[in-house]
Amino acid sequence: MQSIFKGVAAGLAMTTLLAGAASAELGGDLRIFFDDQNPAPKAAIEGTVERFQAMHPDMNIELTLIDREANKTQIRNYLTANAPDINGWYAGNRMRPYVEAGLFEDVSDLWDGQLGEELASTRAAMTIDGKQWGVPYTYYQWGIYYRQDIYEELGLTPATTWEEEKANCQVILDSGRKCYTIGTRFLWTAGGWFDYLNLRTNGYDFHMALTAGEIPWTDQRVRDTFANWRELLDMGAFIDDHTAYSWQEAQPFMVNGEAAAYLMGNFVVAPMREAGLTDDQLGFYQFPEITPGIPMAEDAPTDTLHIPAQAENKENARAFLRYMASAENQGIVNETLGQLPVNRNATVPDDKFIQAGFELLSNAEGGIAQFFDRDASAEMASAGMQGFQEFMVLPDNLDAILDRLEQVRQRLNAE
Amino acid sequence: MTAQTDPQGTSWWRRNQMRAAPWLFLAPGIAFFALYVIIPIFQSFQISLYRWDGLGEARYIGLDNYDQLLDDAAFYTSLMNNVKWLVLYLLAIPGGLFIALFLNQQVRGIRLYKSLFFFPFVISQVVVGLVFAWFYNPSIGLLNPVLDLFGLGPMNVLGNPSTVTYGIIAAGLWPQIAYCMILYLTGLNAVDPDQVEAARLDGAKGLKMLWYVILPQLRPATFIAVVVTVIGALRSFDMISVMTNGGPFGSSRVLAYYMFEVSLSEYGFRMGYGAAIAVVLFLIMLVYIAFFLWRMWREEREG
Repeated sequence: MQSIFKGVAAGLAMTTLLAGAASAELGGDLRIFFDDQNPAPKAAIEGTVERFQAMHPDMNIELTLIDREANKTQIRNYLTANAPDINGWYAGNRMRPYVEAGLFEDVSDLWDGQLGEELASTRAAMTIDGKQWGVPYTYYQWGIYYRQDIYEELGLTPATTWEEEKANCQVILDSGRKCYTIGTRFLWTAGGWFDYLNLRTNGYDFHMALTAGEIPWTDQRVRDTFANWRELLDMGAFIDDHTAYSWQEAQPFMVNGEAAAYLMGNFVVAPMREAGLTDDQLGFYQFPEITPGIPMAEDAPTDTLHIPAQAENKENARAFLRYMASAENQGIVNETLGQLPVNRNATVPDDKFIQAGFELLSNAEGGIAQFFDRDASAEMASAGMQGFQEFMVLPDNLDAILDRLEQVRQRLNAE
Repeated sequence: MTAQTDPQGTSWWRRNQMRAAPWLFLAPGIAFFALYVIIPIFQSFQISLYRWDGLGEARYIGLDNYDQLLDDAAFYTSLMNNVKWLVLYLLAIPGGLFIALFLNQQVRGIRLYKSLFFFPFVISQVVVGLVFAWFYNPSIGLLNPVLDLFGLGPMNVLGNPSTVTYGIIAAGLWPQIAYCMILYLTGLNAVDPDQVEAARLDGAKGLKMLWYVILPQLRPATFIAVVVTVIGALRSFDMISVMTNGGPFGSSRVLAYYMFEVSLSEYGFRMGYGAAIAVVLFLIMLVYIAFFLWRMWREEREG
């Protein structure tokens, strides 16, 4: 519960005319629950509220910032009792429980017409039962962040095929370093590895069918994915004791040069820079091809805003979502966030990694997945990621792990 | 209160106040105990018969949740860990006794030493968990350099499924030993010096003195120490949550944590299943609670 905006508008009224022209001024209240207190996201949402306030000086806007992790459990309470007018959440299956319980407002009307076309890249991720349930405001690419200087020292270039990736890794191992840092204490980082290995081994359609529960976990193709993973495990490619670290605690290995690369989302760039890596030392490359000929698909988790079904000021909320999704605002917001705008007419921030991500996702012919724990149902995600962590520590348990996951899948399908 | 007239001029209240007063004083306690403890117990039984995600419609499925529990490897892991907690946590009692005997002497500044030994119990369990998590951390923790001094290999205590539960229990013992120590220190104050003197004249000393003279007099303290330690072991939720989140891959879960994980955590939407685990945990505790109540009742009668 941090900041409240009341009539901040007065001094800022000048920027309104451009974007405000489309809609008439609105009064009344607007309560926003935003799910991030970190400095950049906080600045982004506060900036958006200020500009929106300037367009509607009579509106009484109340912004509440909730801790990102706390929001994941609090959402159940506030959606069912004393709902705000807007809340922050995630795309994909992650919103399904709330959609099915009738707690999110159908906002398909916002997706009709031009705005829907501008946001087309995430339409599928925002759609359940043929309707859209929120609007996206940002997303970010996943890929391999690596130490350019170490690669240069060893005479390596980023791999484009699996064979090259393993060959590079062997050289890195021989130099006394680990290939990849990772911290699996909170499990989801292992989900990122599984996503990419499976997307590259079996392709986007298979991956989406698997996370949707349509394919048995004991399928040979799933085993192929794990076999590829096992090649890296047998080489000793990952840092030791990764079960003890969070993703942040795994960073120093790369910063200190004990590990050469990190499969991660673009949010890793800011802390890496803060830790002292320059843009000459830190590079980015796409996860290499594994099965030749499969179109490259990527993970790009999308963060979204929704209107709770019990919101009291839905008209104001719709106006805010429309503004949040507009090309102008998404450009500004993502400049602050250091991430990618979803609106295709928005300006992409001039930054090495964001530009690389924009390039990567614009050419993602295979498709764009959200992330393992957003594509799979909550229970499948939880069981799956525990299985991935176990596999990374005890790869010989694979059969037991897959049997267990298959058991969960069958139970979920039966329910 | 009373509408009836009676010849002596004494009201219903006057005649019955001796009997009614205790119930009136107990009423608020009983009401809240019923509302927050008794009724939820029955609600848990009821919810455990349903499939419910906490948001939508609940569907009656009979004993299906219990049926699944029987096939659930994670459930047995948690149960086994509960047993480990119960057994190993009791080490706090001899530990506390030993320190209490050691500190029960008149030396300059003994109060300071006593407070220092009691200190870990004052810190919140969450903080103890954090401190131990850092201590065990394989890259920055103190544990591995210390092991290295003795020529022992590096350990990843919290990341290894076979050591993780013991690592957390060790962290939990630290404040629990302090608690038992304070119980015994107060108990030692009540030890009758005449008896000790008499025993000494009879030639008792050392372990014999401890076993036959001191310990029997410490029985009340021992009883309380067992009670609080068993309760502490069964509610060992916070440390697990802070130190490992039940991991790696669920190997440090206890029933209480597993219940939280399946029903209330980030990915938990199985209220019915969580309730079924809660019922099993409740039944296990019931055995202990019944024993505890029976002993209390017996001592009351003897007393």
